[in-house]
Amino acid sequence: MTSVSKPLVKVRDLYFSRGDKAIFEGVDLDIYRGWITAIMGPSGTGKTTLLKLIGGQLRPDSGTIEVDGVDVHRLGSGDLYRLRKRMGMLFQSGALLTDISVFDNVAYPLREHTGLPETMIRKLVLLKLEAVGLRGARDLMPGELSGGMARRVALARAMALDPMMIMYDEPFTGQDPISLGVLVKLISSLNDASRLTSIIVSHDVEETAQIADYIYVISRGKVVDQGMPDQMMNSDAPWTRQFMKGLPDGPAAFHYPAPELEKDLMGRS
Amino acid sequence: MLDVLARLGRIGIGILGHIGRGHLLLLSILGGIPLLARRPRLLIAQIYAVGVLSMLIIAVSGTFVGMVLGLQGYYILSQFGAEQTLGVMVAASLVRELGPVVAALLFAGRAGSALTAEIGLMGATEQLSGLEMMAVNPIKRILAPRFLAGVISMPLLAAVFSALGVMGGYFVGVGLLGVDDGAFWSQMQTKIDLHEDVYNGVIKSLVFGFVCTWIALFQGYYATPTSEGVSRATTRTVVHSSLAVLGLDFILTALMFGD
Repeated sequence: MTSVSKPLVKVRDLYFSRGDKAIFEGVDLDIYRGWITAIMGPSGTGKTTLLKLIGGQLRPDSGTIEVDGVDVHRLGSGDLYRLRKRMGMLFQSGALLTDISVFDNVAYPLREHTGLPETMIRKLVLLKLEAVGLRGARDLMPGELSGGMARRVALARAMALDPMMIMYDEPFTGQDPISLGVLVKLISSLNDASRLTSIIVSHDVEETAQIADYIYVISRGKVVDQGMPDQMMNSDAPWTRQFMKGLPDGPAAFHYPAPELEKDLMGRS
Repeated sequence: MLDVLARLGRIGIGILGHIGRGHLLLLSILGGIPLLARRPRLLIAQIYAVGVLSMLIIAVSGTFVGMVLGLQGYYILSQFGAEQTLGVMVAASLVRELGPVVAALLFAGRAGSALTAEIGLMGATEQLSGLEMMAVNPIKRILAPRFLAGVISMPLLAAVFSALGVMGGYFVGVGLLGVDDGAFWSQMQTKIDLHEDVYNGVIKSLVFGFVCTWIALFQGYYATPTSEGVSRATTRTVVHSSLAVLGLDFILTALMFGD
C-alpha cells in the first residue's frame, strides 16, 4: 500500500438502470493509485456492471466516471480504445479465446497493438506466463485448463500491455483453496511489483479483506459503507456487519419480498 | 382496445428497433472490411470455415438435385419428344433458380447456424467483452471477416452446386436414360445465356450470401447470453434466412426475368 495520492478513478453521482430496475442510484467512489480497492456487496448488486461502466462498455444514465483525469463516457471510440490499452480486466470466466492456445491468448493484445517482432513477443509472453506460474502450460488450449489456471492465463493476458490498472471481476469465485491462495498472492504481488492500481469486485470477504487497502460496500444501488479492511471487519453498521460476518438475516432480508405466507397459502394458485 | 393498440405499438417499436440495430451492425461490419486488406489471413481462415467446410453438403446435394432434375425432366420432355433439350432444362433450372436458392438454404443451415452459435457463445462466455477490454473491436476483428467470407463463398458454393447438378443430370439423362450426348451439351451451350442466366444467378447468390451472413451475425451478436438464448438465436438464423432467401428470390426473379 502506498501513500494516498490523487485518485486514478473517480465515480461521481452515478445512476444506471436496466429497463425499470435501478442498479445504481447516486454512487460516489474513488480508486486511489497504487491501492487495491475492493468493491464488495452481495450478488446482483451490480458490481460487474460497475466495472463495465468504468471500462466504457456501458453508459451511465447520469453521473461521471473519470479514469486518469478523463471522463470515460465523453471519449470517442478511438480515444476509448486507446484508454483501454492502459486498463486490464480479468473476467470471472477468464474470457480466453477458446480457439487459440494459452500462448496465443497472451500474445493476442501484443500482436494486435504493438507491431513487435515475433521473437520479442515470444519473450514477453513467456515472462508474463512465468509471472503467473504457467510458462509450462503455454501450448495447452483453454479447454484443457482448470478454472484457476484459466484465470491466471487471463491475468497474464491482462498484464501483457503493462496497464496502469487492472479490474478483477469476482476473481475468487468457485476456486479450490490452493487456487484461491495462488490468486490472492498473485493479485497482491503483481499490484506491488508492477505498481498497478487494482479494483477487485468480489463477495468473498476473507480473501478480499486480506489484500485490499480500501473497501467499498455497495447495496441497493448505493455505497453503504467504506473504509480500511480492519475498520470494515469491526464495523457496527448493521449492513456492513451482516455482510462481513455472513449473517443470514439482517438489513438484507433472508426472504425475497412476498405477500404474507398465510395469504399466499390460502390464495388460489 | 387501448391495450391492444399499446401492445401493437410496442411490437412495432420492437421490430423497428431490431431493424435499426441490424443496419447499424451492418454499417460497423462494412467499416471493418477495409482493414482485412492488411490482414488477409483473417479472411482466408473464415473462407475455409464458412465456405470450404460447406463444400461437402453442397456437392452432394447439388449432384442429387441434378439427378432428380434429369429424371423428372426426361419423363416430362419425352412426352413431347423433346428429351434432347434435357441439358437446357437442367442447366437453366440450376443456374437460374435451384443453384442459388438451394445452396443458400443449405448455407443458412450449415454455415449460418454455425456462425450464430459461435458468435453467440463468444458473447455468453464474455470473449467479445474481453476483446473490447483489450481495445480490440470485436465487430471489426471477429464479425467483418466472417461477413466477407460469407459473401465471397456463397456464389462459389452456388457455382459448385450448379456444376455438379449439371453433371448429375448428365449422368441420369445421358448415362442411364439414353439422351444423346452431343444434344445434351450443344443445346445447353446454345440456349444458356451468359448474361441472362449465369450472371443473374451469380447476382442472386451474392445477395443471398450477403443477407444470410448478415442475419447469422446479427442473431449471434445480439443473442441472449445463455444456452437457451444461443439455441433460439441459431433457430432464428435458419428460419429468417430461409424466408429471406425465398422472398428475395421471388423479387429478384421478377426484376431480372419479368417483362
